[in-house]
Amino acid sequence: MDKWFQQMQAEFRLCFIDKDRWRLLLTGLGNTMVISLFAVLIGILIAVVVSLVRSRWDTTHERMRPGPGKAIFAFFDRLCRLYITVIRGTPTVIQLMIMYYVIFTSTKNGVLVAIVSFGINSGAYVAEIIRGGIMSIEKGQMEAGRSLGLNYHQTMWYIIAPQVLKAILPALANEFIVLLKETSISGYVAVMDLTYAGNRIRGATYSAFMPLIAVAIIYLVVVVGLTKLVGRLERRLRQSDGR
Amino acid sequence: MTEGKIDLQKRNSAIGEELIRVEHLKKHFGKLEVLKDVNQVIRRGQKVVLLGPSGSGKTTFLRCLNLLEQPTGGKIWFEGNEITAPDCDIDKVRARMCMVFQQFNLFPHLSIRKNITLAPVKLKLKSQAEADADAERLLGRVGLLEKIDAYPRQLSGGQQQRIAIVRALAMNPDVMLFDEPTSALDPEMVGEVLSVMVELAREGMTMVVVTHEIGFAREVADHVVFMDDGYIVEEGTPDEVLRDPKQARTQDFLRKVLK
Ligand SMILES: Nc1ncnc2c1ncn2[C@@H]1O[C@H](COP(=O)(O)OP(=O)(O)OP(=O)(O)O)[C@@H](O)[C@H]1O
Ligand SMILES: [Mg+2]
Repeated sequence: MDKWFQQMQAEFRLCFIDKDRWRLLLTGLGNTMVISLFAVLIGILIAVVVSLVRSRWDTTHERMRPGPGKAIFAFFDRLCRLYITVIRGTPTVIQLMIMYYVIFTSTKNGVLVAIVSFGINSGAYVAEIIRGGIMSIEKGQMEAGRSLGLNYHQTMWYIIAPQVLKAILPALANEFIVLLKETSISGYVAVMDLTYAGNRIRGATYSAFMPLIAVAIIYLVVVVGLTKLVGRLERRLRQSDGR
Repeated sequence: MTEGKIDLQKRNSAIGEELIRVEHLKKHFGKLEVLKDVNQVIRRGQKVVLLGPSGSGKTTFLRCLNLLEQPTGGKIWFEGNEITAPDCDIDKVRARMCMVFQQFNLFPHLSIRKNITLAPVKLKLKSQAEADADAERLLGRVGLLEKIDAYPRQLSGGQQQRIAIVRALAMNPDVMLFDEPTSALDPEMVGEVLSVMVELAREGMTMVVVTHEIGFAREVADHVVFMDDGYIVEEGTPDEVLRDPKQARTQDFLRKVLK
């Protein structure tokens, strides 16, 4: 037992202390967080636009007068559907590699490419979450808003959106957590994320246990922390409507 | 229902110019023809009660009046302007004819105060302070002032529906549309909502009410419309339609409801 403990200590020193290898993990964690955070922001931005187009088309196209306006609207709806189909139908790692090796060939900034790629990826999933949220709000809410003279956008903003946000917050948080873990493929485009950092240490030290367990624990801590944060936010939102 | 005669005369004298005109209104959902040819003129101060069996198109008619449903034929005018015209700003019109729904449709994420003041403030009809003052005054009138900071979920159905009426009233509308406002309520709460509506009627509000409450129709209506199968089958004063209906379908319907 004593011997095992000593061996562990030695490995710990080798993997994290020697040559300041812990810095690799820190850089990796930083990149993982930056990529996830900005990707989620881009994703939400795309998702809001896409879900608004999709849900508005779904609820109003039957009543629209035929004409160029409807044709343009129909085109954008198709485009949004295509986007969602393609993104959900192909592996994320392939999207990332296409982004890096085919589309953004001129830049060597892997972090930026990863942000864009994961953002576009996440947008498709979040769009469907938001659309589901909008659909889950009773038709009567939109009608009540409109019947008071508010226009479509005012009703969306003041009445539908707050309710949607509350309804989808758990799913949104879940998506962020999934995304955070998905960024672990960033190494495919030479980005030093947390996973890649752990793997580098493993390669350099020929010791797999320490770096991989460490990486797993760091992911776990971040995810659990995020989950707690969201839980608190949800409770606050719930209080505000007197449940 | 006691002071019927005198009240009726007063009400009639208060009826003014034409407010809503409906001509040859048609509405179909796909192959289903719901409104086949509906014509109606509603004057300022008038209380119109719409009766008819389930599925006869009452709700659809009401929702066509503020274009929550887009008519598939015919024309509607509001204060002389054709609202079925493509260039009509329907939001402006809707702000002047507010609707009370069967399911209340209060905004669950907003306090009662916000439920009532949101639209008038966002549409810049009132400042927040004015809107707050109006909300308090109107809530006081329906006996719910102490609920101003509550949320809809915390209220009973009857209370929610009274709030929904206040929310519509706060817009100072020219006409109020009611779609079976008491049908979703437990029986013991029907009275409190109806009495608010009766009071509104006394004050001269123009009202179009879909209801199965024949007593309310007798007491308040000055025009009763009986619809069946997408047409207006019979219309007239409450006495004419409710006491002495000419059409077999009206007689049949009344026999069933009054039983
Ligand atoms: N959005 C819609 N799509 C398809 N059919 C509809 C729609 N709205 C109403 N209908 C149909 O139109 C017919 C008339 O409905 P409407 O709600 O106007 O009747 P109603 O007289 O209000 O009946 P009730 O007393 O049950 O409320 C019904 O057969 C109904 O199923
Ligand atoms: Mg109905």
